[in-house]
Amino acid sequence: MSKQLAAVIGVGQTHYRAKREDVSMPGLLREAIDRALADAGVTFDDIDAVVVGKAPDLFEGVMMPELFLAESIGAAGKPMMRVHTAGSVGGSTAIVAASLVQSGVHQRVLTVAYEKQSESNAMWALSVPVPFTMPVHAGAGGYFAPHVRSYIRRSGAPTEVGAIVAAKDRQNALKNPYAHLKNEGTTVESVLASQMLWDPVRYDETCPSSDGACAMVIASEDAVERAGIANPAWIHGQVMRSEPLTYAERDQVNPRAGRDAAAYLWKQTGITDPLREVDCAEVYVPFSWFEPMWMENLGFAEEGAGWKLTESGTTALDGDLPVNMSGGVLSSNPIGASGMIRFAEAALQVMGEAGEHQVDGAARALGHAYGGGSQFFAMWLVGSEKPG
Amino acid sequence: MRDVAIVGFAQRQMREFDGSPNCVELLVPILADLWEDTGWTKDDIGFWCSGSSDYLAGRSFSFVTAIDAIGAVPPVSESHVEMDAAWALYEAWLKIQTGEADSALVYGFGKSSASPLRRTLALQLDPYTMTPLWPDTVSIAGLQARLGMEQGVWDEKALAEVVARSRTAGADNEHAVRRDPLTVEDVLAEPLFADPLRRSDCAPVTDGAAAMIIAAADAPGLDRLQHSERTRATITGFAHSVDPSTLGVRDLLRSPSAHAAGRAAGTEGVEVAELHAPFSHQELILRRELRLVDDVSVNPSGGALCANPMFSAGLVRIGEAAKRIWSSEAHRALGHATSGPALQQNLVCVMEGSDQ
Amino acid sequence: MTAADTGALHADMLVEFDYTRSLGPVLSEFMTGLAERRVLGGRLADGRVAVPPPEYDPETFTPVTDLVPVAATGEVLTWSWVSEPLPGQPLQRPFAYALVRLDGADTPMLHAVDVASPDDIRTGLRVRVRWAEETQGRITDIVSFEPADGSEEPPAPRAAEDERHAITVTPVRLEYDYAASPEESVFGRGLKEGRILAQACPVCHKVYVPPRGACPVDGVPTSEPKELPDTGIVTTFCIVNVPFLGQKIQPPYVSAYVLLDGADIAFLHLILGCDAHDVRMGMRVKAVWKPEDERTYSLENISHFEPTGEPDADFESYRRHL
Repeated sequence: MSKQLAAVIGVGQTHYRAKREDVSMPGLLREAIDRALADAGVTFDDIDAVVVGKAPDLFEGVMMPELFLAESIGAAGKPMMRVHTAGSVGGSTAIVAASLVQSGVHQRVLTVAYEKQSESNAMWALSVPVPFTMPVHAGAGGYFAPHVRSYIRRSGAPTEVGAIVAAKDRQNALKNPYAHLKNEGTTVESVLASQMLWDPVRYDETCPSSDGACAMVIASEDAVERAGIANPAWIHGQVMRSEPLTYAERDQVNPRAGRDAAAYLWKQTGITDPLREVDCAEVYVPFSWFEPMWMENLGFAEEGAGWKLTESGTTALDGDLPVNMSGGVLSSNPIGASGMIRFAEAALQVMGEAGEHQVDGAARALGHAYGGGSQFFAMWLVGSEKPG
Repeated sequence: MRDVAIVGFAQRQMREFDGSPNCVELLVPILADLWEDTGWTKDDIGFWCSGSSDYLAGRSFSFVTAIDAIGAVPPVSESHVEMDAAWALYEAWLKIQTGEADSALVYGFGKSSASPLRRTLALQLDPYTMTPLWPDTVSIAGLQARLGMEQGVWDEKALAEVVARSRTAGADNEHAVRRDPLTVEDVLAEPLFADPLRRSDCAPVTDGAAAMIIAAADAPGLDRLQHSERTRATITGFAHSVDPSTLGVRDLLRSPSAHAAGRAAGTEGVEVAELHAPFSHQELILRRELRLVDDVSVNPSGGALCANPMFSAGLVRIGEAAKRIWSSEAHRALGHATSGPALQQNLVCVMEGSDQ
Repeated sequence: MTAADTGALHADMLVEFDYTRSLGPVLSEFMTGLAERRVLGGRLADGRVAVPPPEYDPETFTPVTDLVPVAATGEVLTWSWVSEPLPGQPLQRPFAYALVRLDGADTPMLHAVDVASPDDIRTGLRVRVRWAEETQGRITDIVSFEPADGSEEPPAPRAAEDERHAITVTPVRLEYDYAASPEESVFGRGLKEGRILAQACPVCHKVYVPPRGACPVDGVPTSEPKELPDTGIVTTFCIVNVPFLGQKIQPPYVSAYVLLDGADIAFLHLILGCDAHDVRMGMRVKAVWKPEDERTYSLENISHFEPTGEPDADFESYRRHL
């Protein structure tokens, strides 16, 4: 048997903020879910199953919170799953939800990913000292900054490339009503002048810590047609790849799992020249330097040349391959949801519903997420037309 | 639907695993068992999926190191659920249904003994109105058990019979951590531990891990399986569901999600049922919800009352059911998994034997 | 930490945080009520009154908006006995957990009932709320329930609070017994003696430090002993300038990947002994050990690495380790 077609028919997001003290966890999720259901023109009665994603349970101090959330998210009485694949989880969750439809098991699936980071402290949750090890860990920034240094050394990229990315994404965020950071006047110069946090990564080159949720309704071809949805985002291809956190001579700058995943995705979707054939991309960039790194990893540029796409303005909103039109992870980062936001923003682009940050005529868009120590990758390619 | 069969299963269970909370040292020999049993290698696996819990391990991303046991270089198509590995099996089954993979290896692991399990599990409750009271799993099960006793749904003796039957069966299970058989009289003579429950009514804290290989009937490597004479355990029904969380609003004597999962998976005609009932009275609820008739052999492995390795116990039930089909003891069997307080979430996997 | 010569090394591991939970509209009203010594229920879609009020209806999933006062007295519907209370439980002497249906409510709530023995509680027992001396807008404002014979005056509600309670704080403290893998335990015992006992994978022969329960490439334990010197190079690094909760080293500090001579994998450690800005990729470093009497079984036995002053390694020699 072959895979059934599936499409995103509704997207909902919360406003992302450092602290969403106005809502509980159930309320936060419902804000995104209710918007996604309304966008899809369906109600909970139409939903066959719910797939929940979030990053570590230590963030909110609730073990498997989907259990206590079951009725708040409309899952009670239905199949419910909880995915956790570190930072890539939002993307992996969307893929699991899609597979419920592509397998022919269900017609309409609700998927939601969230993080309410203000319940605790992400740095703490990610740096609880493990006995017998050296306590030099300093959150995600401390983990990734050395690899950014390696990238700069390996590629010979000019220092300001990271700042170009940060300034671009913060400007893009001004066009996204849901974005957390609304830093008008962010420029390459202001980014370069910001404090060095994890040298070589500056304050303005890092993602914020946000509360937020993102939800999507994914439907079968039949359900799309019966509902008369005019502009679904068809899922053309999807992939997940994982490799160990560390192993001898592992390439941590251009990880093989990411390269393999991208190659598989392009092959699956018949794409031979991604830079030309993909119209825009939402790529998981929590530290600005990861834009050029992932451009190479995804095959949009040769190894060592990703920074040229950034420097030349190719990845700008008006460039040939706009990247992170929404402002990206650099502007909103509810960790567990960040991957799903990438996937959902890609869908919004091909649905033509991205509002002020819409890329004109976007027909094929990439959603990308990664997690752990650059070791878990999830990607999908969505299109305005059915694949094939 | 594509026919998918369970073709390999291995497990390790113990009271206290003297090793790391990511259980890599347990997974390595389990995977070796699987390769030896099937004759397959990691190259025959199209998808990998695991189930585990960060709170059991006490640290974020506890599943990350576990993939070292695979030897995941070159990189693998892989996913993880923060659930019992029975749900990882469901995700893998879906993946095969989409045609993206022809085979999958699923594993679950957990070191329950690393902290007081029944207290840690209070973090699964409503974080606003319940967790601050730290109600432990045993106390919550006790509320449910007493309700059934006082409403005449079951009595002390019925619970003791569940325990005695489980413990008699578990004595023959090399993986069980409680292997001393008990009679109904032995059980009733035991003092109450958490009135109305006795210790033997409650699953033992168990560390462990388990892994399973499933494959589509048309998977390319199937003819290379070492045990090709073994009756194949083909999944004929696979479903799960969840109930609302609020204990006060639920009818604790029922498990609508178990009922729904059983109905969707098709429980009629099963000869063996491996039920994941961490408390004796929960087996009685499940029997009713899954509409199991009296002559169904329930938990020939001894069930969760003899070993309950968190996050693999559900997968173990499915594996134990598959073993009964492999050995031709049963033609149609059922494995069940539960999660959450007082049977909140339930999964049913029904399989049938088919000759090659 | 254990000092045994064999078996796994163990250490206590504490996971502790006071979570700040924003409550949303329904629970905020409920918690504000508790602070005022009033109990509120929520009217469900089917007309039943549930306590505590859920934010969303368990059947229809619609928001619950109608909150109604219920009594602070009620009836035990079922109970279980706690003979040895766990840390954090409402009472630190034997007590019962019970589902208590408050008068005016249709569904019960879970809480503790303070009675001396199982003989003092039964289903149907009338109970009443025992309020905390100081209420804070938390579920623990109800300390427990206690038997009521019906003659008591209902407790006087407090004056309405000026402020709604929108946030509740939930301390979570979990104690774990952490164990190292056998390979890490060998390594830890070596560190106690000031030795670096790495191991190679028997299949790919790559040298892992610390040794591993599974070679991540081959999935078998690294079993071939290989002692390494305490010298090596910095492959890459960052300078941590940011302070955070639970941090053990005062920033700024250099967190670096150190590739020991003879190893095939680098590990993270601390670089001192020079200005942070003088640390370079490829810099030669040597371990500085803690005095023997301060050593445990941890990589912390190496206080830090410091520059040896030798010429830097050629970039191409460690490029594949980045």
